[in-house]
Amino acid sequence: MAEVLVYVDHVDGAVRKPTLELLTLARRIGEPVAVALGAGAEATAAVLAEHGAVKVLTADAPEFSDYLVVPKVDALQAAYDAVSPAAVLVPSSAEGKEIAARLAVRIGSGIITDATDLEAGDEGPVATQAAFAASFSVKSRVSKGTPVITVKPNSAPVEAAPAAGAVEALAVTFGALATGTKVTSRTPRESTGRPELTEAAIVVSGGRGVNGAENFHIIEALADSLGAAVGASRAAVDAGWYPHSNQVGQTGKSVSPQLYIASGISGAIQHRAGMQTSKTIVAINKDAEAPIFDLVDYGVVGDLFAVVPQLTDEIKARKG
Amino acid sequence: MSLRIVVCVKYVPDATGDRQFTEDLTVNRDDVDGLLSELDEYAVEQALQIADEADDAEITVLTVGPEDAKDALRKALSMGADKAIHVEDDDLHGSDVMATSLVLAKAIEKAGYDLVITGMASTDGTMGVLPAILAERLGVPQVTLLSEVKVEDGVVTGRRDGDSASEQLEASLPALVSVTDQSGEARYPSFKGIMAAKKKPVESWDLEELEIESDEVGLEGSWTAVDSATQRPARTAGTIVKDEGEGGKSLAAFLAEQKFI
Ligand SMILES: Cc1cc2nc3c(=O)[nH]c(=O)nc-3n(C[C@H](O)[C@H](O)[C@H](O)COP(=O)(O)OP(=O)(O)OC[C@H]3O[C@@H](n4cnc5c(N)ncnc54)[C@H](O)[C@@H]3O)c2cc1C
Ligand SMILES: Cc1cc2nc3c(=O)[nH]c(=O)nc-3n(C[C@H](O)[C@H](O)[C@H](O)COP(=O)(O)OP(=O)(O)OC[C@H]3O[C@@H](n4cnc5c(N)ncnc54)[C@H](O)[C@@H]3O)c2cc1C
Repeated sequence: MAEVLVYVDHVDGAVRKPTLELLTLARRIGEPVAVALGAGAEATAAVLAEHGAVKVLTADAPEFSDYLVVPKVDALQAAYDAVSPAAVLVPSSAEGKEIAARLAVRIGSGIITDATDLEAGDEGPVATQAAFAASFSVKSRVSKGTPVITVKPNSAPVEAAPAAGAVEALAVTFGALATGTKVTSRTPRESTGRPELTEAAIVVSGGRGVNGAENFHIIEALADSLGAAVGASRAAVDAGWYPHSNQVGQTGKSVSPQLYIASGISGAIQHRAGMQTSKTIVAINKDAEAPIFDLVDYGVVGDLFAVVPQLTDEIKARKG
Repeated sequence: MSLRIVVCVKYVPDATGDRQFTEDLTVNRDDVDGLLSELDEYAVEQALQIADEADDAEITVLTVGPEDAKDALRKALSMGADKAIHVEDDDLHGSDVMATSLVLAKAIEKAGYDLVITGMASTDGTMGVLPAILAERLGVPQVTLLSEVKVEDGVVTGRRDGDSASEQLEASLPALVSVTDQSGEARYPSFKGIMAAKKKPVESWDLEELEIESDEVGLEGSWTAVDSATQRPARTAGTIVKDEGEGGKSLAAFLAEQKFI
């Protein structure tokens, strides 16, 4: 059976959920061979094996953290040369997309980004993408070279499928471009303890209607009652009420949770671009004409300062 | 020494219009107004600011697109860019990212550059990968997704706010930079700028000029193929209630019914 390279997104050995979803998709088109790079790479093997990786290729070197993107491309290319896979799958993070894109140039292949589904086809894997702020569903293929496809979080279920997961060291030679862009300092983002926005099953977002940084605790309290991640519109972020890393939309994060709750958000096309694929959408807005109501499964026309705390209290009461 | 900046700008259908695909599954450009991709305005703005700080700089804006794409170039010129290059050829229709980047790379090399600046993503394809691909093709450092950028003594530095960390980056010129919409509001063209733009040179290049074969680009020559594009069914009208004191509770009841609580 053909092998499929899966690029592993992990933090010091802790594999992030989108990679496990990739393993589910990879098994539809072949046998997953995982590539884990950087500190803790070997520690990823157990969980990758549990989810179907027949092999885990690992490499660590200071280059991976000291320079931007290219050293990881060199490593993924080494894995590609070692395996000759039928496809290469990479999680659709900003960095993942760049790594995939540069690999595609090097191996003379086409690339598809932000796939939301993947299936085997007669002429290679067929990817589904959401286009034009998710108003279209597009099916496409890579027609030249080995398909390189990046996949959005929450695109497939995580499934157990025990496999060998044999760890093999990957020999990487860094090219001249590897040290082109130096990372001179790095400030890690402080963890809030809440789920990762792009991976969360429930996202609770606030917009301009929240009317001040000091009011975002209302949104956070609702999120915490549901174990949800907190999102924000660009208007709220631009006003400095919430960090940019929480922005949902075209230039922020793209989310596809089971449930999306928008409070005080009008539903501009650029915001919709980042949340329209959510399964269930709920909105609270005092303007009955707000475009967000065109998307909702359930909407409340009302003042969020009354509705959101009542909702939070009711959820807590129901959960006991 | 003069600093040669090339800014890549894309001409896209207005995102607030009713965007559709045509029969050959390419973007319908006829029924929705086109404009300079809003995120590329940030690239033009940063180019202008970098040029202001340099002793001597020249900004060339470059687009690959149909005839109307000149509008995008005019807008960038009216913001303050010095000259423009329009790569236009019927055989380019339907080019994917690999084909487009091939053309851009050849054009950038022909134009000559020290610094290439792009937006973070287009507002139509929104792949966000073209900058990295261009850097790979040009063989220069990529300094991408910057929310702050500075060029001094042949070195570009910037801040990249990633998912898990904020990084400070550094590379020597020649280099490729992409900027996010956090990099600073783009200026509006002044009346003077608009008048001046009319006199600025816009060169037109075709594939032959760039020594690119027509079978390397366009729908046929591309590296990817679109099989279908289907409009997603409009969401079925949801329940909308007016809050009369019980809005939060009724919403909780809905969430419970949907098993979220
Ligand atoms: C190139 C580009 C990229 C962009 N990228 C993004 C992006 O990634 N994400 C994004 O979100 N936007 C993005 N935008 C901005 C987008 O166009 C909108 O401006 C933005 O989404 C508006 O945010 P909002 O809905 O919070 O604010 P508004 O549109 O001002 O809406 C506020 C809403 O709150 C309601 N409201 C006010 N008070 C209350 C109250 N007390 N109770 C209940 N409701 C109340 C109002 O009725 C209104 O509907 C982008 C724009 C451009 C041009
Ligand atoms: C909905 C949709 C989905 C698509 N999916 C794919 C896909 O999966 N694979 C694929 O190969 N192609 C795809 N395409 C085609 C692809 O979008 C175009 O080939 C495009 O020109 C390059 O990608 P982008 O617009 O997404 O650029 P991005 O990578 O999002 O753009 C980043 C920057 O590159 C510069 N730039 C981009 N295009 C041009 C240009 N023509 N002229 C000057 N500067 C430019 C701009 O500075 C822009 O800000 C898709 C197109 C659409 C409309």
